Amino acid sequence: MALEFRNVSKSFDVPGGKRLTAVEGIDFKVNEGEFVSVVGPSGCGKSTILSMTAGLYQPTTGEVLVSGEVVTKPNPHVGFMLQKDLLLPWRTIIKNVEFGLESRGVGKAERRDRAMAELERCHLAGFENQYPHQLSGGMRQRAALARTLAIDPDIILLDEPFSALDAQTKLLIQNSFAETIQEAGITTLLITHDLSEAVIMSDRVLVLSERPGTVMREIPIDLPDRAHPLRRRQMPEVHQHAGEIFKLLRLDQRAA
Amino acid sequence: MRLANSHTVMGIVILSILLLIWQFLPPALGIPRFIIPTVTDMLTELGRMYRRENLIANTVSTAWYTLLGFAIGSALGAMIGYLLGFSQFWERVLSPYILALQIAPKVAFAPLFIMWFGYNAIPKLLVTVLIVFFPVLVNVLAAMKTVDRDMVNLARAYSMTRWEIFLKVEFPSTLPNLMAGLRIASTLAVIGVTVGELVGGNTGLGFLISYGGGQANAAMVFNAIVLLTLIGIVLYSVLAWAEERLLHYIPKKDH
Repeated sequence: MALEFRNVSKSFDVPGGKRLTAVEGIDFKVNEGEFVSVVGPSGCGKSTILSMTAGLYQPTTGEVLVSGEVVTKPNPHVGFMLQKDLLLPWRTIIKNVEFGLESRGVGKAERRDRAMAELERCHLAGFENQYPHQLSGGMRQRAALARTLAIDPDIILLDEPFSALDAQTKLLIQNSFAETIQEAGITTLLITHDLSEAVIMSDRVLVLSERPGTVMREIPIDLPDRAHPLRRRQMPEVHQHAGEIFKLLRLDQRAA
Repeated sequence: MRLANSHTVMGIVILSILLLIWQFLPPALGIPRFIIPTVTDMLTELGRMYRRENLIANTVSTAWYTLLGFAIGSALGAMIGYLLGFSQFWERVLSPYILALQIAPKVAFAPLFIMWFGYNAIPKLLVTVLIVFFPVLVNVLAAMKTVDRDMVNLARAYSMTRWEIFLKVEFPSTLPNLMAGLRIASTLAVIGVTVGELVGGNTGLGFLISYGGGQANAAMVFNAIVLLTLIGIVLYSVLAWAEERLLHYIPKKDH
């Protein structure tokens, strides 16, 4: 299932009677099964893009399409994950994974089976009856992925899901996410601050400008092994790409 | 286990010392027994109250109205708290009134209620409901305002209805605050009933206090106070136990 933004702008009313334009003239397409990352300076409206794709709110002008259909409300084929795992602390891990299936008319027994299968896929078998606080940050984020995969989404939106993890856990979780997503053939949009993360995980990177955010450049990443970010990390091209994005974002000038 | 044992032992030791001081210190200082009765005086009086003053019936009556007032007041408080939590508009419009009523001393309404409803159980029930209502409402409302918006959005993205979001995300999120509100309310419920009975009643421990006070029977007043405290402790303990059960998923801090 493909995702498309057609000349999308979004502005908000802010206190003081002003209007703030978060993103302007956003135009891009994510093909079926493709993994695209969005990078940009802080406050450039990355999360706005995600919320509009999830159908939580609509663009001010332009349209967002999922599989050729305009998004007007939350779409059952789109799953999203944030930096926070958003696991419900009062539910066991398996009940958390079942959460997304509960309003979809899936029977109790089937819910349990599907949740168990996703937990196994995310290497969490044996932890199904634990509560979130008993798991490490990395495991919780894997549980959140299991919950997202349980609804069998065609598109996954990831909003900095790895940024709260420690450096080593991050590498391992990136790797297991990439593998799982590749296997399932899910179209993915990753929003991130981490330039090398964008390069090692994606087929393509979109670089946004400062607010109001707009797509400054599209960088195709023609590297093998998309399912294995750990292997990609070793490739010299990764540093060239990251360097290119670094220049585009003029990070060196902003530091001065 | 050894720690629990030493707690119990220490508790009994301290209680014994307190009772001994109570029994022997006031007489030793020459304080008359009608001002501060000794422990044995109180036990004797308790026996007399059991035989002559319908102690059991009065205690049961007070316990019953405490429970009833607590149940009605906290149910209403929780309900209105959740309703206001749904609507920012009504919360803003009504918050000055809520604040005013919250600050107004609820027990001062007791004489009014007696004027309106007469010398029966309604005034004390109303005072109790009123005094219990606000801490529950305020706690629930505050919790509804701080429910994680991202969790609500997640539920929305999973196409949940407004009611499902309430049941599966908002209500469980606010449960710790609701329970805290109920615990505070349980201690206030006893005060509400007592004031109601003190001001205008012919039953209950509050009535025994004003009756005993009129007869300069300090032992009777002390006994009634002890029993009122016990009613409060029982209600509080039941709630604390329920809270422990319901909120088992919250990690405990080990010191």
